[in-house]
Amino acid sequence: MIVRRHNRVIVQGMTGRQGRFWTERMIDCGTTVVAGVSPGKGGQEACGRPVYDSAADAQAAVGFDTSVLFVPPAGAMAASLDAIAAGTRLLVMLTEHVPVQDVMEIMAAAKAAGCRVVGPNTAGLVTPGEGFVGIMPGFNDNIFRPGDIGVVSRSGSLGTLISLNLVAAGHGQSAFIGIGGDPIIGTSFADALSAFEADPGTRAVIMVGEIGGALEEAAAEVAASMSKPVLAFIAGRSAPAGKRMGHAGAIVAGNAGSYDGKRQALEAAGVSVLDLPSDVGPVLQARLDDLPSGD
Amino acid sequence: MNFEEYAAKPVLAAAGIPVPESRLVTDADGAAEAARALGPAVVKAQVPIGGRGKAGGIRLVDNPVDAADAAKDILDLEIGGWPVERLLVEQQCRLQAEYYAAILNDAASKGPLLLFSTMGGVDIEEVAVRDASLIRRTAIPIETGLTEAAAAAAIAGFDLACDSDALVALLVNLYQAYRANDAELLEINPLGVTDDGRIIALDCKFILDDSSLPRRADLAAQGVPERQSALEERGKAVGLRFIELDGSVGILANGAGLTMTTMDAVTHYGGRPANFLEIGGDAYTKAIPALEIVLDHPGVKSLLVNFCGAFARTDVMTEGVVKALQAVKPDVPVFFSIHGTGEAEAIKMVREDLGLEPCATMDEAVQLAVEAAR
Repeated sequence: MIVRRHNRVIVQGMTGRQGRFWTERMIDCGTTVVAGVSPGKGGQEACGRPVYDSAADAQAAVGFDTSVLFVPPAGAMAASLDAIAAGTRLLVMLTEHVPVQDVMEIMAAAKAAGCRVVGPNTAGLVTPGEGFVGIMPGFNDNIFRPGDIGVVSRSGSLGTLISLNLVAAGHGQSAFIGIGGDPIIGTSFADALSAFEADPGTRAVIMVGEIGGALEEAAAEVAASMSKPVLAFIAGRSAPAGKRMGHAGAIVAGNAGSYDGKRQALEAAGVSVLDLPSDVGPVLQARLDDLPSGD
Repeated sequence: MNFEEYAAKPVLAAAGIPVPESRLVTDADGAAEAARALGPAVVKAQVPIGGRGKAGGIRLVDNPVDAADAAKDILDLEIGGWPVERLLVEQQCRLQAEYYAAILNDAASKGPLLLFSTMGGVDIEEVAVRDASLIRRTAIPIETGLTEAAAAAAIAGFDLACDSDALVALLVNLYQAYRANDAELLEINPLGVTDDGRIIALDCKFILDDSSLPRRADLAAQGVPERQSALEERGKAVGLRFIELDGSVGILANGAGLTMTTMDAVTHYGGRPANFLEIGGDAYTKAIPALEIVLDHPGVKSLLVNFCGAFARTDVMTEGVVKALQAVKPDVPVFFSIHGTGEAEAIKMVREDLGLEPCATMDEAVQLAVEAAR
């Protein structure tokens, strides 16, 4: 789930307004975008890349291992199944409001094919110095710089703020992984923590969560056995119970998904939980200073 | 979207799951007439919330006079903030057992999950707290659906008062109803076994997946719209997600995560947020109505604009807000924090067009807004 320059990326829905806008930026940033897919527009060209009717056609013509979806909710399942059947190894679903039972069908097909899904409702993936896939400002060096801190976030806007504070404090990212704000998503915090633990370019991890669901609690179990320091910020401490706070997944029902429950689980696992996004610099420095030296 | 019992049970009936004969009424006369037709009955408040029994919203009646009395009492109730306006009058059943069955969207298995227990008729969360092993959890592969074999395995080992084949068939039908209606949750509690061994759904909770509303418009017309304040209604009418809170710092921020965090920071520095309002994506084009709604909240004493541009460009959002501020001319102080994509142009706009200086950090803007709202 860490995107690299050698990954060959197709953009499903490239010919739309947002598809074009972000494809241009991905290409400028160094991402290897090889083709677009828009049913009925095969044979055209967009952003200097060939456009195919289907992912299967794109696979036969140019070959790819990664697909990013700029497709509205009603078409998300067909586009996803097309990409999975065509053999994509990574599927990045930006689309918000995909019917949840469609998402489950996509997850089942992806699992059977050995394909990793990121999202839905994610802002995407960034690897500073290599490229990005999605709708994050991978090109803005106040927010993303090559470094050794892994960042994983449910929210795009809040992930951006944490990244901004991280860069302002003199650090950079090994990778940014946006997992998405939906209740059922392909890649969890626990998956991302495991990937960062295994990544030799990552020295510490910042997890940006929010109220609702149990992903942060599940991640705490992984964090407890990690060799690398983990920090977390959890949004929604002041949110009233029973209201969905923008993201479909961000709702506190009874005691499940509460801020206090998540914070306790993370702190018990040795995770440093930040009170404010601006605490990231000093708390990270303290955790890095505590690491045994590499000599 | 939640459905009241009277609107949820037809979803079961359409899938071949037996439900008691019933009438929906709105007054005591209607309740009496229904009881006359049905015989001994249950009068039930129709509200989209649990705990009706404890609140006095469910009464057993033997005759039309009792039914009218019960109806009068229940129609005077307010349950969890919902005034009771409708009653379901349902034929009584003689039961020998009460079970629990539900199918829901499960984040952990990323698929449908069947829950079954012979401890029905009570709050299932209390059963789970007492002894989780009393509830059998069966993950369902969505590519095959709930097969008869899987349903049989899900109820194996329970001491059942009903025919197990009939229960298997009912669970398979429940799964069909869950799939056919884009349910987030479809729950029968209690699932009754009558004295003569028939299985019947005595209550039903149905939650429709909100992301499926566009393709379930007919069904959604039977659901209960979310309860909203007048300001929240105005937000919804222009396509903005606005949640009214009881504080004094008005908030405009982009993205759900950043907006929640802005609320948290206001609270951290001793202030109280007046609202949640997400203005990312295309919402910046609605800056004028957004600003009007935030400022029409009577408690607002300061306004905090917090943009952190990723997908959303801060220059585009700021242009919308600057124009809106010029049009609306609020009489409360406004504080800006602008970072990320397009920040240089955005900051220039605020300086030149509004004569204001955006704060260097989000924390500074939050502290000033909290101070000004005191």
